[in-house]
Amino acid sequence: MSANLAHCLPRTRNTRIGLLLGLLLVCTTTALRADEPPPPFSPRVTTFFSPFAHKDGATIFRAVCQGCHMPDAKGATGAGTYPALAANPKLAAAAYPALTVLKGRHGMPAFDEYLTDAQVAEIVNYVRTHFDNHYVDALTAEDVKKLRATR
Amino acid sequence: MRRNGETVSTTRRELLQRIGLSAGAAMMYQAMSTLGHAAESPYRGAADLKGAPAGSSVLILGAGISGLVAAYELQRAGYKVKVLEYNHRAGGRAWTLRGGDEYTELGGFRQKCEFDKGLYINPGPWRIPYHHYAMLDYAKRLKVPLEPFNQINVNAYVHSPKAFGGKPQRVRHVRYDFHGHVAELLAKAVGKGGLDAELSAEGKDKLLEALRSWGVLDRQFRYTSSARTSDVRGYDVDPGGGLMPRGVPSTPIGRSDLLQSGLWNYLTTPLDYDLAPAMFQPVGGMDQVALAVYREVAPLVQFDTKVTAIDQDERGVSVSWIDARHGGATTQSRADWCLCTIPLPILAQIPIKVGAPMQAAIGSVAYESAVKVGLQMKRRFWEEDERIYGGITLTDLPIQQIGYPMAGMNQPGKGVLLGGYMFSANAFEFTAMSPQQRVQAAVEQGAQIHPQYRQEFENGISVAWHRSPFTLGCFADWPDDVRDKHYDNLCAVDGRIALAGEHTSFINGWQEGAVLSSLDAIGRIHARAVAHGSKA
Repeated sequence: MSANLAHCLPRTRNTRIGLLLGLLLVCTTTALRADEPPPPFSPRVTTFFSPFAHKDGATIFRAVCQGCHMPDAKGATGAGTYPALAANPKLAAAAYPALTVLKGRHGMPAFDEYLTDAQVAEIVNYVRTHFDNHYVDALTAEDVKKLRATR
Repeated sequence: MRRNGETVSTTRRELLQRIGLSAGAAMMYQAMSTLGHAAESPYRGAADLKGAPAGSSVLILGAGISGLVAAYELQRAGYKVKVLEYNHRAGGRAWTLRGGDEYTELGGFRQKCEFDKGLYINPGPWRIPYHHYAMLDYAKRLKVPLEPFNQINVNAYVHSPKAFGGKPQRVRHVRYDFHGHVAELLAKAVGKGGLDAELSAEGKDKLLEALRSWGVLDRQFRYTSSARTSDVRGYDVDPGGGLMPRGVPSTPIGRSDLLQSGLWNYLTTPLDYDLAPAMFQPVGGMDQVALAVYREVAPLVQFDTKVTAIDQDERGVSVSWIDARHGGATTQSRADWCLCTIPLPILAQIPIKVGAPMQAAIGSVAYESAVKVGLQMKRRFWEEDERIYGGITLTDLPIQQIGYPMAGMNQPGKGVLLGGYMFSANAFEFTAMSPQQRVQAAVEQGAQIHPQYRQEFENGISVAWHRSPFTLGCFADWPDDVRDKHYDNLCAVDGRIALAGEHTSFINGWQEGAVLSSLDAIGRIHARAVAHGSKA
């Protein structure tokens, strides 16, 4: 952890687990992106360093993944590119996206501290069966547990 | 002492060891005293780049603070310099948003800043610690006025929705009451002989004396409501003048409530080395230092260029780029040397002809997530109602903190709050929102601490760094194992290419790291250029 975060980071990272604040965030979005309907937004926000609170793949995607991969899962390009998850042949083997989520890839951060095995399985299964991906073999939390143990 | 690239990277300890080995202890002691004033920073003043080979050229990729400083120093040393920048502005993350500015993040989400004239938010860096010698020196040399940045304000709050019924607590109450209760408990332990094995009789006396002083305990070693404790934590009614009502001492928070609250979590962080007073900010916005450097090199900088490939051979470097807004034909720029400050998540996607070790290093570093939200309020209620002038409130809410503006304090009229500054899980979730959702969420949450938000909020803007088209993240996050394996390879000059930026430093996420890494890299490029001489 970078030293410059110290001003806002309690020293108990990873020790506060799953505190839900139950905050109601009204979402009357007026996103200016013309071609996209505003995504449904999770009414709960995870607190601080607790793992993400959301359970199902669709909600985790809306609450986290679409930050970079975009609401339509088509990625985005500026000076660099966030890859599309939509219609992505790299998702053919479930282990690839699962390992990417767990351990990060290039500039993408690792989410192993933020997601449980079940959550990783949920999000991988969701993306592999949505956004024009049609991979029906489901990943289990047990599979993720094994992947997590690999280096 | 020489100030070239080699000694810049020498640690003070190594230097002292070398002096100690060669000249004996007496001289080493003398050297320590002499170096004492600069002990905290390897910064050694302006780059000494004497003897640049005539006609040598350097291509710099990126006009953030590291690229700008490199351009400034290299052109002063006689190099031919060109800078390619993706954005239509200089400064990179050293950036200030003001009324009228527009920002389009990845995904095409557009925002227009609607702040009133004179109000601003710094979406990236926003403060300069006293030991960031290089930043302070460039500000001084380029005549950028600074003003104090109040990192610590004991009248700001610490807050948790789960503590004290969600009522924010003044920092001074939590801080001094925690000291007082801990001192009282420790004094009790001493009195009951609990530390007899640890301390002599004299040691115990000294400790009790210290606890009474530090914890503001009374003669019986109790922490109680009194004029004395109120002189530290504040009064319920402040003492006045003449026949005004007498001061009314305040009552400390109960020990059990305070312990249970968890708010002690926030007590030590503002005193960390990175954040301790004195801190500064440029008057008018953090972009002022970078823009002052930019003004010195403006003709050398070309905006709106998107680098697509970085090639090199034994004779020089060739960088391919396209128009960042309109695409089209590829242009090639050539130079003898290249300093590349492109953030790693982007650089990892650009074909670059460097060896496998640097290649692996470029692809190994993830970037930390961070989000800032700026909120314009119709009046400065935090000052008028709550007497909070600058500083930061820390909260368990997802917004994590509220920053009060240091500029324009005690003036009538509007103000812009930093309505949220998030890292980690909260930042990922705020990034996934639309810009308007972020502002709305920050207002909803902030209103739990300052109910005035509901009346006074006017407009807001947010920057989620993972949606930034020019960085794809906030700053390099180097776990120790990754740094051990890759950091030296990332920083080494590869043929004619060197990297710089906060990511090639140990001061990640701070401009100082970017500037020091840049000075170090150009020192080493210069050494190679001199060695190559006219062959370059």
